[in-house]
Amino acid sequence: MAQIPIAMVRSSGPTRGSDSRGWRVTPYLFVAPFLALFVLFVVVPIGAAAWASLHAWSLGLPNQPFVGLENYADLFGGTSVLSVEFWKGMKATGLFTLLSVPLLVIVPLALALLLNQKFPGRTFFRAAYFAPYVLGVAVIGLLWHFLLDRQLGPVNQILRALGLGGDIAWTTSLPAGWVALVGATIWWTCGFNAVIYLAALQNVPEELYEAVKVDGGGAWRRFTTVTLPSIARVLQFVVAITIIASANMYGQSALITQQQPGTSTRTAIGFIAQTGIQGFNIGASSAMSIILALSLMVVSGLVLLAFRKVGDSDS
Amino acid sequence: MSQTVATSRPTPTRDQGERSDAATPRRRRPRIALGLTLGALTAAFVVPLLLMLSTSFKSPQEANSLTFRLFPENPTLSAYSEILNNPEIPILRWLGNSLLVAVLHCVLVVVLAALAAYALAKMDFRFKKAIFAAIVATMFAPGVIFLIPHFLIVNQLGWLNTYASLVVPSAAGAFGVFFLRQFFLGVHPSIEEAARMDGCNRWATFRRIAVPLAMPAIATLAVLAFLSSWNDFLWPVFVLFSSEMQTLPAGLAQLQGENAARFDLMMAGAVIASLPVLLVYVFAQRYIIDGVAAGGVKG
Repeated sequence: MAQIPIAMVRSSGPTRGSDSRGWRVTPYLFVAPFLALFVLFVVVPIGAAAWASLHAWSLGLPNQPFVGLENYADLFGGTSVLSVEFWKGMKATGLFTLLSVPLLVIVPLALALLLNQKFPGRTFFRAAYFAPYVLGVAVIGLLWHFLLDRQLGPVNQILRALGLGGDIAWTTSLPAGWVALVGATIWWTCGFNAVIYLAALQNVPEELYEAVKVDGGGAWRRFTTVTLPSIARVLQFVVAITIIASANMYGQSALITQQQPGTSTRTAIGFIAQTGIQGFNIGASSAMSIILALSLMVVSGLVLLAFRKVGDSDS
Repeated sequence: MSQTVATSRPTPTRDQGERSDAATPRRRRPRIALGLTLGALTAAFVVPLLLMLSTSFKSPQEANSLTFRLFPENPTLSAYSEILNNPEIPILRWLGNSLLVAVLHCVLVVVLAALAAYALAKMDFRFKKAIFAAIVATMFAPGVIFLIPHFLIVNQLGWLNTYASLVVPSAAGAFGVFFLRQFFLGVHPSIEEAARMDGCNRWATFRRIAVPLAMPAIATLAVLAFLSSWNDFLWPVFVLFSSEMQTLPAGLAQLQGENAARFDLMMAGAVIASLPVLLVYVFAQRYIIDGVAAGGVKG
């Protein structure tokens, strides 16, 4: 092995300083494969999205003339079909996010607190609640489209048998459509968030709970003074990833409600993909994705700030 | 090591705490309430899956009848034989496509991220700080801005309607590198120093020392990468067009579109699509769940 003496020299002290300034090829060989893809599929796209949003670029146009902020002005102008449909999609995305995020943060937390108790078969229940998530959105979409069918779906049939009406058009009317989308999403993903909470809960030192108990604090005080502060970082993480996931919701609305009634449950990302990929209107769809991305960053920033505030008041 | 994957094992101190609780006379009622809650919750999670299974064994007439039965009156495999023998619905091919794409994506993510993360954690080189800063900076870019550019690039590369379009673009994400770098940073230098003394070069140290030590983190990343590829719906629906190239999500959407009134057929499709992952899940659920938990708590 020819490398042995070199390696020995490298690892010994004195040459180290000069070594790091020199051009050694090994580290670059390690980084290069990832970096190549990173530049092509992460760095270039960020630039490309910004560039495309400033140009008129669509099917039938021979080239892509620079139009400045015209694509944005068009969208904010609110008169073109594209603009109306886009804001309808943004509204749908916002509504779904607003409805689903609080439930997807709180329900899994309750589930995790429950699973954090000691009882036999705990692992089994944890596995059962997580199972829907591994099935993927396509199976979940097909399943709930069936379960919620107006005529034949078991949900309405059971409601009918119980004498509770049972003629709700879950997938084709509003606001029932939103109930269907939010409900199916909670059923599908709440195990995912619960598992993350549960791992965090298991790292909370038991002594802290004991201390509150000694002070005479009840379950609620234990929750607010020990549990919540101890998992604040993970809570913030869950809120952030849940907002991002909800704002990217597409599969459920494509499969469960099939974007009905009309296109009322079509989310912004669905409309962006349709405009850009199917309609090849690259300029407009790029401007839309940047508007959606910036709104998301603003919301994430606000979440971060809110948690800072909470953290401050604690200390 | 503080970096081991979280397990569900309760700590001894908690055990004692529970016991002192159990000594109080109020013990019984909470236990019953807990049992009832768990029962109701488990039913809520399991019943929809049972309905999927039972409907898949119904005849078309029974599946579309207005009197609903939990169990099929005359169980039949007709939906399965119809779906498996219809060349218009190559569901096994879709299943194979999905598994292949998810596995390739997962391998690519893990290999690229491990190599880059190791160099960024353990080696000195020019531009290291700048490269890492760039990778971290892009972690905050919302995924939606990549959608249209990825489509343009994949189109330019001639990758539309190929596996490469599903495997490669999403493998360049920053999370894997960031996640594994944290782990490699925790590996004590003396372990590697010893390996180098024994004659290992950088590559051998990486392969024989760092990677085995990082296995829990690598497994976590692999699970997350597999699940995200398996779950991907929007992208394959828009970049695949021929029937035999579809992944399961895209194929099932097509099945639903064309057989709107055939719930027996749709549920049979859903069962076929669920079986492989559910089987893997039953055997590996502990690792899958712990992996997701570790990704969330440490990410």
